[in-house]
Amino acid sequence: MDFNHTGEQAALADSVRRFCDDNIDLASHRRDGRSPSDTRLWRQIADLGWLGAGLSEEEGGFGGGPVESAIIAEAFGRSLAVEPYVSSAVLSVRTLLASGGSAASLIESIVSGERTVALACCEPEGRGDPSHVSARAERKGGGYRLSGRKSLVLGGANADFHLVSARTSGDVRDDDGVTLFRIERAHPGLRRQDYRLVDRRMACDLWLDDLEVGADAVVGEPDQASGAIREGVDHGIAAICADSLGAMDRALWITRDYLKTRKQFGQTLSSFQALQHRMADMLVELELSRSMLYAALAALALGADKRSRGVSAAKAVIGKAGIFIGQQAIQLHGGIGMTEEYAVGHYYKRLLANASLFGSIDAHIERYAALSGGEPASVLF
Amino acid sequence: MDFTIDPAIHDFRRMVRSFIQENLPEEMRRRGERDFDSKESDVRGWMRILNARGWATPNWPEACGGVNWSPLQKFVFQQELRRARAPVLDRVGTDLIGPVLCEFGTDAQRARFLPRIQNGEDWWGQGFSEPDAGSDLASLKTRADLVGDAYVVNGQKIWTTCAQYAQWIFALVRTDFSAKPQKGISFLLIDATSPGVTRRPIESIDGGFTLNEVFFDNVEVPIENLVGEAGKGWDYAKFLLTHERTSSAEAPHTQRDIEQLKLLASNAIKGGRPLLEDPVFRSKVAALEIDVIALEWAVLRILHADPDDPSLNSVASILKMRGNVQRQIVAELAAEALGDYGIAMFLDPDDPDVRAEDHLAPPLEGEAVGVSARAIFRRATSIYGGAAEVQRNIIAKQILGL
Ligand SMILES: Cc1cc2nc3c(=O)[nH]c(=O)nc-3n(C[C@H](O)[C@H](O)[C@H](O)COP(=O)(O)OP(=O)(O)OC[C@H]3O[C@@H](n4cnc5c(N)ncnc54)[C@H](O)[C@@H]3O)c2cc1C
Repeated sequence: MDFNHTGEQAALADSVRRFCDDNIDLASHRRDGRSPSDTRLWRQIADLGWLGAGLSEEEGGFGGGPVESAIIAEAFGRSLAVEPYVSSAVLSVRTLLASGGSAASLIESIVSGERTVALACCEPEGRGDPSHVSARAERKGGGYRLSGRKSLVLGGANADFHLVSARTSGDVRDDDGVTLFRIERAHPGLRRQDYRLVDRRMACDLWLDDLEVGADAVVGEPDQASGAIREGVDHGIAAICADSLGAMDRALWITRDYLKTRKQFGQTLSSFQALQHRMADMLVELELSRSMLYAALAALALGADKRSRGVSAAKAVIGKAGIFIGQQAIQLHGGIGMTEEYAVGHYYKRLLANASLFGSIDAHIERYAALSGGEPASVLF
Repeated sequence: MDFTIDPAIHDFRRMVRSFIQENLPEEMRRRGERDFDSKESDVRGWMRILNARGWATPNWPEACGGVNWSPLQKFVFQQELRRARAPVLDRVGTDLIGPVLCEFGTDAQRARFLPRIQNGEDWWGQGFSEPDAGSDLASLKTRADLVGDAYVVNGQKIWTTCAQYAQWIFALVRTDFSAKPQKGISFLLIDATSPGVTRRPIESIDGGFTLNEVFFDNVEVPIENLVGEAGKGWDYAKFLLTHERTSSAEAPHTQRDIEQLKLLASNAIKGGRPLLEDPVFRSKVAALEIDVIALEWAVLRILHADPDDPSLNSVASILKMRGNVQRQIVAELAAEALGDYGIAMFLDPDDPDVRAEDHLAPPLEGEAVGVSARAIFRRATSIYGGAAEVQRNIIAKQILGL
């Protein structure tokens, strides 16, 4: 084991961080009401090679893996970037890779930044769990007819195409019988409602109004998409955890610096022991979260159940820690922390959203419990 | 001790409930369901309706226009208002400045200001906090110099809730720079439309605009708008903050929010069943309810205590601290109940200040609208009216003698 970045990873971390510092600020979230992901910025991100940095060469990338994705996601969380990195380059790409077959041919245009893609795998009743699929796809002629609804499609408002899960057979929660379809943004019968998450990232809901597609829209094997989606979402969750870590880290240090300058009762806030202890608690949460992120990254290389178990453990720990740190960052600032103009509130909202994406803290504790059975409380076995 | 609940309270509750049912306009109720900050015109309109019935300010002493109700009746009245989703009144007027004027104001001040508060004509802003005087309120710098028979006010207040709607602002100002910090402070009533008053809204993290900065640039305030004696402002402020802390426990509001939470959680489906039947979620809701009952009885204890009891000041801190946390938890659980949509932003469709391009909303209706914004704004409950840490300092010092 080696917990240090390689030289290349350190260089990547450094350049993503510098890029974000130079190009992204709070005001930039306001750039444009409807398309917060600035296409110019996205172009640059693609040109720098970061959309493929988390993929090996065989996977169509530049020789990296989940650690590289986490490095990028952490820097984006740290700077509150709203660019659809996690949704397009991790969630969707990892789902495509796991789907096998010709799916991988779609990756080139995503990695080059030419097209963005969003994974539409959740439904309202699933509450973030992609294994709940009630949208239906019926055979029609040589193709399929889709009906149903997908919710909270991260990055979906700006995606050129969607990967939509629908049931070709079986019951709502069955593993078998889920098929993944590639559907273009302007496809007839695809209705979209865009909205913002609390932290200003864009999402959408999709309605499939008897939408017809040819058999060539199927990604991977018909009826067999569950495993690939689960793998893609596990990778996505790990990246979201990294995003949270960046946000937590930044919120904590902004707060530390504020306490050292703000004076009340003739002394800096940093002199009050109650606040010192709170910050110490925040740091404890941060460090355990970082450790948990590494555990999740390690778990991504394991078999499906172990992978999901490790990822759920991280999602629960980091979700809870993130909300705690975000809330305390506001609290220790007092009134200024409640303003839209100041950064800490945005970090809280980012962390709140991340804690809920793809399942709440409780949902992941539940999934962890379901997957652990008699296993030891360790991911090392 | 006697804990029997007078059965007459049930008749009282029914009477209040049917009054509200008959008199609360449907439009106001519908907006109240969403739980964004109540619209200014709704608050004013609802105050008028309550006032016509004599119920605008039941908590005030009777001589000032209060109602001769028992503490329990007053509490039940609040519960029914919240339960019915009636507009949330301008508490700065009804709960803060009203009681201060009753206690310390001149007859002329009482006659001039109190009826207008009761009738929803005057809104008030609370001008205490300043950029450099938050928790350490006594270090405030806004100054008032007596020139002839008027004070000339210069300085800045911040975080003044709803100052943009206010006709009047009451402010703590420094009138004596040689005295000890607490001794040189006076309590002034300032016409918010006076020349030299500038109000600037501040956007809060929920996308709302209730906060303001207020600047005073040579603002003239006639000496008859001084409350009580010059230099005693700090005593009046302490009296006011104690009131603020007791009412900011807001148990009735949390009780209403729990009802809403249960409604949302029974409409939400998890694993084919209502979320409210999920054992984990249900037990979180139950744990909160239990805490709220404890708070409810703490509030009832205070309401039945002798109002001159000096220990009330510190007990109010207990209510505020716990009440604030419960308000945060109930709002967070409601957002959690919405699943995916609990983290989608839904801004107030009736707020004229919200930018049009921000009205990008998820598919939600009724009670669910406003839930995510509320959960975010509630972070403020442990900051305003004296932050949670400061309440703990008060408890440690005043009750525990540490
Ligand atoms: C939504 C909202 C509405 C408000 N409405 C009004 C209003 O209408 N009128 C008005 O006058 N004010 C209003 N306020 C202001 C509010 O009362 C202050 O924000 C509050 O008193 C805290 O002051 P501050 O913001 O300057 O924070 P600070 O005093 O700078 O405190 C920052 C942090 O330090 C902690 N701290 C400070 N001193 C100590 C200590 N001795 N020991 C331990 N911890 C300490 C605090 O608890 C807090 O966590 C409002 C605030 C908010 C957020």
